[in-house]
Amino acid sequence: MIEAKTYTSTRNSCKLCAPLGASLVFKGIEGCVPLIHGSQGCATYIRRYMISHYKEPVDIASSNFSEESTIFGGSRNFITGITNIIKQYKPGVIGIASTCLSETIGEDIPGHIRNFIENFEGPEKLIPIFINASTPSYCGSHAEGFHNTVLATIKTLAEFEKMGKHISILPGMVSPADIRYLKELLTDFRIQFTLFPDYSETLDNEYTSEYQLIPTGGTTIHEIRRMGNSKAVVEFGANFNKGVSRIKENGSTQTAGEWLATTYYIKNYQMPLPIGIEASDKFMETLRELSGNEIPEKHRKERGRLVDSYVDAHKYVFGKKALLYGEDDFVTAMADWCKEIGVEPFYIKGADFETLREKSKEFKPDFLLGNSKGYYIARGLKIPLIRVGFPIHDRFGASRMHHIGYRGTQELFDRVVNALIEYKQENSPIGYKYI
Amino acid sequence: MGHILDDRQNQVSVAGANERTIDCNKASLAGSVSQRACVFCGSRVVLYPIVDALHVIHGPIGCAAYTWDIRGALSSGPELHRLSYCTDLQERDVIFGGEPKLYKSIIELIDLHHPKAAFIYTTCIVGVIGDDVEQICRTVQKEKGIPVIPVQAPGFQGSKKDGYKVACEAIFTLVGTRSKPFTPAKSINILGDFNLAGELWILLEYYKKMGVHVNATITGDGRVDDICNAHNAALNVVQCSGSMNYLAKMMTDEYNIPSMRVSYFGIEDMSDALYDVARFFKDDDMMAKARELVKEEISRMMPALAWYKEQLTGKKAAIYVGGAFKAISLVKALRLIGVQSVIVGSQTGTTEDYELIKQLCDEGTIIVDDSNPVELSHFVKQKKADIFIGGVKERPIAHKIGLGFCDHNHERKEPLAGYEGMINFAKEIYTTAMSPVWKFTKEQQ
Repeated sequence: MIEAKTYTSTRNSCKLCAPLGASLVFKGIEGCVPLIHGSQGCATYIRRYMISHYKEPVDIASSNFSEESTIFGGSRNFITGITNIIKQYKPGVIGIASTCLSETIGEDIPGHIRNFIENFEGPEKLIPIFINASTPSYCGSHAEGFHNTVLATIKTLAEFEKMGKHISILPGMVSPADIRYLKELLTDFRIQFTLFPDYSETLDNEYTSEYQLIPTGGTTIHEIRRMGNSKAVVEFGANFNKGVSRIKENGSTQTAGEWLATTYYIKNYQMPLPIGIEASDKFMETLRELSGNEIPEKHRKERGRLVDSYVDAHKYVFGKKALLYGEDDFVTAMADWCKEIGVEPFYIKGADFETLREKSKEFKPDFLLGNSKGYYIARGLKIPLIRVGFPIHDRFGASRMHHIGYRGTQELFDRVVNALIEYKQENSPIGYKYI
Repeated sequence: MGHILDDRQNQVSVAGANERTIDCNKASLAGSVSQRACVFCGSRVVLYPIVDALHVIHGPIGCAAYTWDIRGALSSGPELHRLSYCTDLQERDVIFGGEPKLYKSIIELIDLHHPKAAFIYTTCIVGVIGDDVEQICRTVQKEKGIPVIPVQAPGFQGSKKDGYKVACEAIFTLVGTRSKPFTPAKSINILGDFNLAGELWILLEYYKKMGVHVNATITGDGRVDDICNAHNAALNVVQCSGSMNYLAKMMTDEYNIPSMRVSYFGIEDMSDALYDVARFFKDDDMMAKARELVKEEISRMMPALAWYKEQLTGKKAAIYVGGAFKAISLVKALRLIGVQSVIVGSQTGTTEDYELIKQLCDEGTIIVDDSNPVELSHFVKQKKADIFIGGVKERPIAHKIGLGFCDHNHERKEPLAGYEGMINFAKEIYTTAMSPVWKFTKEQQ
């Protein structure tokens, strides 16, 4: 890590705002419609940003603050908003994310919810479950918004009756393909599990010929409630929501796994995102311990093929330098993976793109590894960008991209190796046919 | 129409069937999942293409991140507009005020880039904590000797359309502040073209051929110096009237510059845009050149267009775009290639726009203001549309139902304006309507 000369302003931000992370989590709950309590733009911008990545419908409602609601409070807009969502969508759950506006004017969202329920005139069965996450954008980034919303959801719903046989898995901000992989892997290990949030279908759905107002899929409310009974929690991450300490939280920020551990005495296995062999081994070892089963042959062979490909292609990556950026949890895991294959990672925690661009003149990376927003830096340096993570706005297939486990590492490794070979080939005067 | 919320019933109408005037120009209904954005967005997209100005967003990071390089507004020179600067307000700034941070940010960035002017956008949060942005702008302007213009755009102070007005006011502070040594008599300002995919450059070529001098382009490929000199033009030619009429009106009131409303989409409207300018200058030579140009362009494109029409006749289109005036052009352009518009809507149309649409469209066409996914998905099914023309947020609505889609918004990469644009448009409609992949979606119906 290199110290950066700082500018007062953020220049081409790497981070997004907290309500986006909240919306992503809400999209991972079955039957849920997110509501952003603030101005219309917050919802629309986040929808647009997510649609461009997932290429799927992303309906997010807004309480559409006006000048009047800003001065006198957003209670009326909130109630109108909830009423209209129920009329249009009939959701089982409404996930509410606050914004800088509603937080600053001191909106009492729990009070609004109570008010709504008390005065609701329709049939009781139409009253959805409410989840309320505090996500002002002046506290942390979309990553913190994500983790805080996972925590808020579990705090709201998880109950303890008696310890069950299932585990809870909290993978953090991974791709729909990663989520599907985790579900396959855990099933292969014969582990009963609840994965949360599961947006593998809601944000990567098949062709339906209908506009599903609420797309199928998502972790069910029943499953989230049962998370309190799980025998263990596995949560991926290294930084989580601890990048910020809210004044009102007074330094007591917990992750969802930590909360389950301290509240219901559930053992929490916290580990970095399993990217690379070493990190994946650690994860597999945990699954072996939890299931009492050896690693299934399919996955053992995936590891074997991965090692084999590391051997075959090691020379093409060793000694190369990579510029990394993205969410802290993701970058930390990617950096460890880079080291594992002999690539030197470079990243600056909390830096914006312009700082990275300027510093890359000193570091001279061979390639960029991150979301599509770094493209302009790669273009300027005339080096490859290997697109991973979120967002990928200039390509298709971001949802189908694997990043984690042996399978994800294999895909990443092949993509990195081939990008470097292609770069060399494209820039070669020979135009060779063999490598 | 059970899928339309009670409070929105009056924002939907049908051509021919009833005489109801559409209700529009109102705030989006809470919880309706409007496709609109906010005041900040409106101001940001309009000012964004001014390429040699610094754009600084005073607010939280989201507002800046979601608008970074958002429009494909091309520049023939500087590209300062493609950088996203933000004060990235933190909790302590919200409590103690963000003024020092803003001041320092602007000073540093002006020193870094030496822009011709700076636009400082305020957002919701600034509207609440009460930072005196105007005072800071005045201070910096004095210190640095360039115009530093506050753009008061807290998101809650209205809709996207109100943001256009805010942007117009910001531009208007520059107009008339400087005069170039010489501005030709037959000169126009182009208002409301944002040079998406280089569309402005196509228009400049046409006007050049006619002998019309283009003075300032507002805001596509925009330059601060040209805008300052905009008051010396003889005429404002206004496209995207929703965003720019207000500026044109202020310039008429203050500088006596007349304005005319045009559209550059489709053959008819494009040709009228050229003829109307020639007519305004009462210049026979100019008119002759315009006729020559139109004749040449049309005769060149007609065979291709006729072929597309043959292929596409009978297809039905749904249109939902930002501005209603664009929707009107699209209806006409689609008709030219045999496509019938069965749904026409916009985020920000006016009563007059919608009346015009009602007269223009075939009986039964659904006309809608400030719609949402629930309504739009119902409408396209009900009217059995084949193609949807809209922006990013409408694309998944079309695709999930198995409709072709044409992006007619900020992100388009092919020019759709002018004669060349009409061919691109026809080609895009053809490509999306006639793809063989639809056989797999039809299986499921």
